[in-house]
Amino acid sequence: MAWISTISIWLIPLLIMFILLYGTMKRVPTYETFVEGAKEGFGMAVSIIPYLVGMLVAISVFRASGAMDFFIELMKPALQAIGVPTEIVPLALIRPISGTGALGMTSDLIATYGPDSFIGRLASTMQGSTDTTFYVLTVYFGAVGVKKMGDALKVGLFADVVGIIVSITIVTIVFGSL
Amino acid sequence: MVNIIWMAMLIIGIVFAAINGNMEAVNEAVFKGAQDAVTICIGLISILVFWLGLMRIAQASGLLEALAKIMKPVATRLFPEVPSNHPAMGYILSNMTANMFGLGNAATPMGIKAMEQLKVLNGNKDSASRSMITLLAINTASITLIPTTVISIRMNYGSVNPTEIVGTTIIATTCSTIAAILIDRFFYYRRLKKGRDL
Repeated sequence: MAWISTISIWLIPLLIMFILLYGTMKRVPTYETFVEGAKEGFGMAVSIIPYLVGMLVAISVFRASGAMDFFIELMKPALQAIGVPTEIVPLALIRPISGTGALGMTSDLIATYGPDSFIGRLASTMQGSTDTTFYVLTVYFGAVGVKKMGDALKVGLFADVVGIIVSITIVTIVFGSL
Repeated sequence: MVNIIWMAMLIIGIVFAAINGNMEAVNEAVFKGAQDAVTICIGLISILVFWLGLMRIAQASGLLEALAKIMKPVATRLFPEVPSNHPAMGYILSNMTANMFGLGNAATPMGIKAMEQLKVLNGNKDSASRSMITLLAINTASITLIPTTVISIRMNYGSVNPTEIVGTTIIATTCSTIAAILIDRFFYYRRLKKGRDL
């Protein structure tokens, strides 16, 4: 499946080329237009800072204090009852909350159980199939200054639950359990 | 809801540290969390500057509109409140396309631009509109075709077949995206029923 990594390497350069050629064809002053649009980037990144600082400090305190581990232990029996393997429970719970936390945990699980084990494959699938809900919410709404999120968080978290259940089911079906 | 979750994470964390006697960890976590957040945002500057510049060319040349036109049948169903030739539609579609190919760096600026346009459509209010929630739902479920990071981790740990999880990932991500759209609809109709502000 080497073609997959080839595609990912070629995609961005091709996209840049296409946008530039199309722009030139339509007589857009490309460099000047680029600079004009790029100016917005700095302000946008800066405007996300307060939102992300608030969120990450809370998550970081919650994890460092041991509260996160406590709740993971608390939820383990319930999750095991519906068929979630014990080893994967922390990853399932941390995936929507912390991107770096989940990535660290996935590497850890792959290192411990091996990339080609059931747990390794399941962790890989779970890591790859969803994004960090809290981060996406904070960055997207933070950048445009939306403070009242409505049902967005609920929708995101419910979708994560579905993603986890589907990951377990599909990995079991495709690769067989344990 | 965000207010409660945010407050609860901090308060519960501090109370737990008090019980466990590791208040030092909390002090460290406050500092570390804030530092990480700023580091991430600084890292975003370069990406946002480059892609927003490039996207301005795509917009000025009419490329975004052309893209919106092609995807019109699907997009108008997903985002019924957005006029089909509105610039927001072009950004939404670029965002979805970039996500699909695992180009997170390119997807974020386009998603933010889409949000900006949706906010204008929503009369610049500071609350999320229906379309904004739908866009977020699609992004948190993030339909992915090539999970590049995971593949590279698997390679590092000597997997016999690092890309074998691509198939399962596509199925899982497709299901969770469909679920996200359905759940989003469910909450929308519940809001309608209650007659709450949309």
